[in-house]
Amino acid sequence: MPKRTDIQSVLVIGSGPIVIGQAAEFDYSGTQACRVLKAEGLRVILVNSNPATIMTDPEIADATYVEPITPEFVEKIIAKERPDALLPTLGGQTALNTAISLAEAGTLEKYNVELIGANVEAINKGEDRELFKGVVEAVKARIGHGESARSVICHSMEDVLAGVETLGGYPVVVRPSFTMGGAGSGFAHDEEDLRRIAGQGLTLSPTTEVLLEESILGWKEYELELMRDKHDNVVVVCSIENFDPMGVHTGDSITVAPSMTLTDREYQILRDIGIEVIREVGVDTGGCNIQFAVNPEDGRVIVIEMNPRVSRSSALASKATGFPIAKIAAKLAVGYTLDEIPNDITEETPASFEPTLDYVVVKVPRFAFEKFPSADATLTTTMKSVGEAMALGRNFPEALNKALRSLEKKGSQFDFVSEVGDKAELLAKAQIPTDGRINTVMDAIRAGATAEEVFESTKIDPWFVDQLFLIHEIAEELAEAEKLDPELLRHAKRHGFSDQQIGEIRGLRADVVREVRHALGIRPVYKTVDTCAAEFAAKTPYFYSSYDEESEVAPRTKPAVIILGSGPNRIGQGIEFDYSCVHASFALSDAGYETVMVNCNPETVSTDYDTSDRLYFEPLTLEDVLEIVHAEELAGPVAGVLVQLGGQTPLGLAQALKDNGVTIVGTSPEAIHLAEERGAFGRVLVEAGLPAPKHGTAFSFEEAKKIADEIGYPVLARPSYVLGGRGMEIVYDEPSLADYLKRHAGLISEHPVLIDRFLDDAIEIDVDALFDGDELYLGGVMEHIEEAGIHSGDSACALPPITLGGYDIKRLRAATEAIARGVGVRGLINIQFAMAGDILYVLEANPRASRTVPFTSKATAVPLAKAAARISLGATIADLRGEGLLPKEGDGGTLPLDAPVAVKEAVMPWSRFRDIHGRGVDTVLGPEMRSTGEVMGIDSVFGTAYAKSQAGAYGALPKSGRVFVSVANRDKRNLVFPARALVGLGFEILATSGTAEVLHRNGIDATIVRKHSEGEGPAGEKTIVQMIHDGEIDLIINTPFGTGSRLDGYEIRTAAVARSVPCLTTVQAMGAAVQGIDALRGGSVGVRSLQEHAAQLNASR
Amino acid sequence: MMTAPASITTTRRRERTPAAYVLEDGRIFRGQAYGAVGETFGEAVFNTGMTGYQETLTDPSYHRQIVAMTAPQIGNTGVNDEDPESSRIWVAGYVVRDPSRISSNWRATRSLDEELQAQGIVGISGIDTRALTRHLREAGAMRAGIFSGAALADDATMLERVRQAPQMEGADLCGEVATDAAYVVPAIGEKRFTVAALDLGIKGMTPHRMAERGIEVHVLPANATAEDVYAVNPDGVFFSNGPGDPATADGQVAVLREVLGRRTPFFGICFGNQLLGRALGFGTYKLKYGHRGINQPVQDRTTGKVEVTAHNHGFAVDAPLDRVSETPFGRVEVSHVCLNDDVVEGLQCLDQPAFSVQYHPEAAAGPHDAAYLFDRFVSLLEGQRA
Repeated sequence: MPKRTDIQSVLVIGSGPIVIGQAAEFDYSGTQACRVLKAEGLRVILVNSNPATIMTDPEIADATYVEPITPEFVEKIIAKERPDALLPTLGGQTALNTAISLAEAGTLEKYNVELIGANVEAINKGEDRELFKGVVEAVKARIGHGESARSVICHSMEDVLAGVETLGGYPVVVRPSFTMGGAGSGFAHDEEDLRRIAGQGLTLSPTTEVLLEESILGWKEYELELMRDKHDNVVVVCSIENFDPMGVHTGDSITVAPSMTLTDREYQILRDIGIEVIREVGVDTGGCNIQFAVNPEDGRVIVIEMNPRVSRSSALASKATGFPIAKIAAKLAVGYTLDEIPNDITEETPASFEPTLDYVVVKVPRFAFEKFPSADATLTTTMKSVGEAMALGRNFPEALNKALRSLEKKGSQFDFVSEVGDKAELLAKAQIPTDGRINTVMDAIRAGATAEEVFESTKIDPWFVDQLFLIHEIAEELAEAEKLDPELLRHAKRHGFSDQQIGEIRGLRADVVREVRHALGIRPVYKTVDTCAAEFAAKTPYFYSSYDEESEVAPRTKPAVIILGSGPNRIGQGIEFDYSCVHASFALSDAGYETVMVNCNPETVSTDYDTSDRLYFEPLTLEDVLEIVHAEELAGPVAGVLVQLGGQTPLGLAQALKDNGVTIVGTSPEAIHLAEERGAFGRVLVEAGLPAPKHGTAFSFEEAKKIADEIGYPVLARPSYVLGGRGMEIVYDEPSLADYLKRHAGLISEHPVLIDRFLDDAIEIDVDALFDGDELYLGGVMEHIEEAGIHSGDSACALPPITLGGYDIKRLRAATEAIARGVGVRGLINIQFAMAGDILYVLEANPRASRTVPFTSKATAVPLAKAAARISLGATIADLRGEGLLPKEGDGGTLPLDAPVAVKEAVMPWSRFRDIHGRGVDTVLGPEMRSTGEVMGIDSVFGTAYAKSQAGAYGALPKSGRVFVSVANRDKRNLVFPARALVGLGFEILATSGTAEVLHRNGIDATIVRKHSEGEGPAGEKTIVQMIHDGEIDLIINTPFGTGSRLDGYEIRTAAVARSVPCLTTVQAMGAAVQGIDALRGGSVGVRSLQEHAAQLNASR
Repeated sequence: MMTAPASITTTRRRERTPAAYVLEDGRIFRGQAYGAVGETFGEAVFNTGMTGYQETLTDPSYHRQIVAMTAPQIGNTGVNDEDPESSRIWVAGYVVRDPSRISSNWRATRSLDEELQAQGIVGISGIDTRALTRHLREAGAMRAGIFSGAALADDATMLERVRQAPQMEGADLCGEVATDAAYVVPAIGEKRFTVAALDLGIKGMTPHRMAERGIEVHVLPANATAEDVYAVNPDGVFFSNGPGDPATADGQVAVLREVLGRRTPFFGICFGNQLLGRALGFGTYKLKYGHRGINQPVQDRTTGKVEVTAHNHGFAVDAPLDRVSETPFGRVEVSHVCLNDDVVEGLQCLDQPAFSVQYHPEAAAGPHDAAYLFDRFVSLLEGQRA
């Protein structure tokens, strides 16, 4: 039965900002779905507040709403667009929860919108733990297999305490209902743990519900990805086995596909259970993910949970198998059955089959604990990783070693040369799952641990443990061999050892190993991911390397451009860079090039086999990239490698690639170096007559002290060559400077530390521009809402700039052009300026795509990354204006007066992290970037756009109620006007004594409340922290003075995070919020699609 | 450098015994010996299942075939005494990429390497199994040999030996794998029916699936006559899977015609399906490289539903897909078809209580989607009795 004819238009809900547990994978799945639906001739309406996504590109959907994903805003969109159907299963938990709210509120019924892809009953059965338990029982009754962990549902702390008794004592698992990425869940080993975890869980759960469960720590953990169509055809797309046993969230585990340690009988039991579960839950068109625990002693199977939607694991499974789950889910939702959908890769066979793999896939998580030094780094059932890398190999060691080097993190690869540690100590350390536990296990093996001891300590399956021993034995052979003979070298390469690792073991440089290897003709071949283990011919060139015999790279005739992606998502290098890479691929393909993508991040659109002409799923290291370049050069002409768009990762490879004879297109490695190296860049500025804040470069404390004394404190200290402000701090005095250098000794061992004058009270400005060697195209000017000193990635900003005039833009344009010319940019450049007084300082310049490119592109309706890619390959801005890729006239600096105002707001991961005492981590913004994602609010005026950005990021600003204000002394002067405005809007103001005093003197009434440190009053008066917890506060303005948990601000801000109360930490944000609240109260806020905004912009251009 | 003591629980890279896998068309893959050392010959085929190597190895249909596993890591869960499909390993040779060094499973009693050696199965590891698969896909299944140890010779000699080995086409092999004497698999629970099952290479799971449904299964040797069949007073007759070319099985076809003539309910699997085809007057032919795996999409044309199924066949029935055929035993239609390549996967007699499928509803290894076919057989048996 083909497509339904009664659906003409579909509303797709995206997943909003990137947060831990809900990341770029939903852009990948949403983009696939939108494209499929559009190709089916349906009108696709999309809502997603995240501008850094491909799915929100105006050509992906017919009407793209970058609006907050809240029931309120989505209803406005429904009312305006009147879609026939709503597809909620491709935007993660956010989309699913929003759809349920709309269904329950009767909105869908009111507008006659059909929920497709899942029904409310199925969603509830899959997500509600009590109902799901019933599902598992029904399945067991039918097929005799599968059970739930023994558990009790609790709605209060009393229930929780009683529940532990019922289960027979500690440890127990606590799982809040309806939270994403397992937020708020954890293991309680005693009552203190329990009160903390369950207390927070009850709060986090939208239904105030947590589940207590028997502990199955240490069991084997598996996942199955299933799809079902309306004819009840079910296929299992992929099995995934967790390397880390039960106890670690699957998003934080190293995972392997296909499952490695199940016999067919055991696997088929999981498959049977999975199929019966999807039937019983009633997911009748689409995909789902089911997690299992298997007791390694006797094979007892526990069904842990299911997600009745496309999930992070389905994105992984799609990339691991070549079976596009989201795309097929979308087709099933509009009426197709699996047998009617062709397998994209073979083109000849249908999608109603189960992929079979002739390789091994390993995914490793990437964490960002270095950004949250006070956070507890123990891995639990709450997901904490911010990204992941995936690698494929023809055996597990090859895939594992490739995955570990894909992480691009110091110490992520196995180390076989450092001093051997103490076995007992290492085994004890390995017992607790943390980031890098696998390396600890390897260290324990090096220290003489036996396989039994490793298993006892970690419960990692003996098969995986033996594979680690195998890797270790090869390392030993490498170390002991008299010479590096071809057989041994090939053996090591077949098990994934990098040239670098082999070099370290043999005391050779990596490039020497490489030369030897090439001389011996030992090079990787490239195999195809084809869903069918070569049973049928593959039409889609999706490759991975292996040291095997036969390569499958086909010859080609068109010149190829190799685009290097950005690797695993991390704070500071996220989906924004993937966005630029994907755009480059599209633009260059249109311009007649064969595009070749290299990346190792399974969550992205760039690693969709549909995005580029060829995809190499490979680590982004010099060795791996050089081999790909070699393979492609054998296949046909190569125009060059594009390194500008994937962030710091490819940029860091540029010079070495060039040194190895590879053509780098666009801005040259030398120019990149010029911008990165402070001394050289300083000369560029001098020549252009541009001031930079006083600064210096130091390799030691003595040098740093000398510079700081000269500049005067406070200074901004940071290591060079890092992204996302890693290690950047404002240093107020000499002892702090000494302490800073001590703490960052690791980061500055290779590169010097930069010391800048810190500009207090300056306005920070970001500029994205294109330069072709002759003409400058000013892409956009963004004015930060927070003052300088807060990392640009963490601060909100507005475009067009809201307080800058024509003269300022002129100066910015001139400065940008001078720098672009001086550095020698061919493509994109991002410059950060600070305006202090009337002086425009240059803070830094990055001759590459920046994090803000997608935001700028969407706000101005101009595809900057596409233009940059073309300029890199030799097109001029004039050419692109002629083609229509860029506007005929004008640029982002000359936006018409009626251009919409776009506000970008950063989204922070505070609620994910706890310190070792289980308390929240502080939420103060600083020069080191810590946000995971962003949203955009767009409207005709700043206030509304700001209000939308807040609603999209954190929840709506209140329209009335109680505001608590407590600010640092330096902010008190700026507090008066916004506070008065809030009173004028009808808010009651609460303040701590010092702030209240200032307000009183200025004629503003403020009720004094007790500080947390003062404790409860004699008559039981609550402290501010208690009031926040009791839900008595609607908005918090708290600017920090000093950091550290002893201070009141910390308690206030963490309470705000726990209770999800909007909390502003700068006075500038308060001013913006007042405008936003004013706009919200002023009447109905409308919604408008990007296509409508663009039409208006283009009409005025 | 390395000062840590070597682990006592694992071995160093073992002494590598070179081995060669030689195909009839001259392509040679070099790797290391796996399992027994020596030489072996058979038809080169590949199996795409990611699980179930133990069931595959012991499936009699693989008699005289050298099986290459496309899944690279084989042997991880060792070997147990519960999962074999017959009393011994039947494959003529075994080709894997990365054999496991240990067994990890609570049911494992020994390693796969040990088992292969104990049963004298010559194998090879470390070759590019994907290149091999692609080669067989393009060139078709062909004769091959594995050589290791003293058997390893110069290329021309090995190739000559391979070319002297017998072809699969025209091979009558079921007699070599079937039981010599009849035996009974009792019904589990209450006995409801008696079925005579002709063992043409039967897998252990097949009588088990019937026994689960209250059938007492009388397993008869491959050369059983119609008299032998009716001697057990059966409610129905079953023909199993098995190796070799169906075109050679004239004796069994004659028995089957008798069964059809007497309108006894009949169910056939795999080889049994090919024989039903022949008994009805259809031809059979050899597929280029066969179907061997556990992920094949088969559509039941009566319901339109797709099942994911286990396959192991190199031959297929040549029957028209687009119409009902007239045969000496009445009208017949193709009931099941493989969606990958439109190969006939099942026959349904419309005027006879007889049907068969080309794939493996007993599913060991493989998914259980097609288990309903045993229920269908039970309905036929019930219908006959009513």
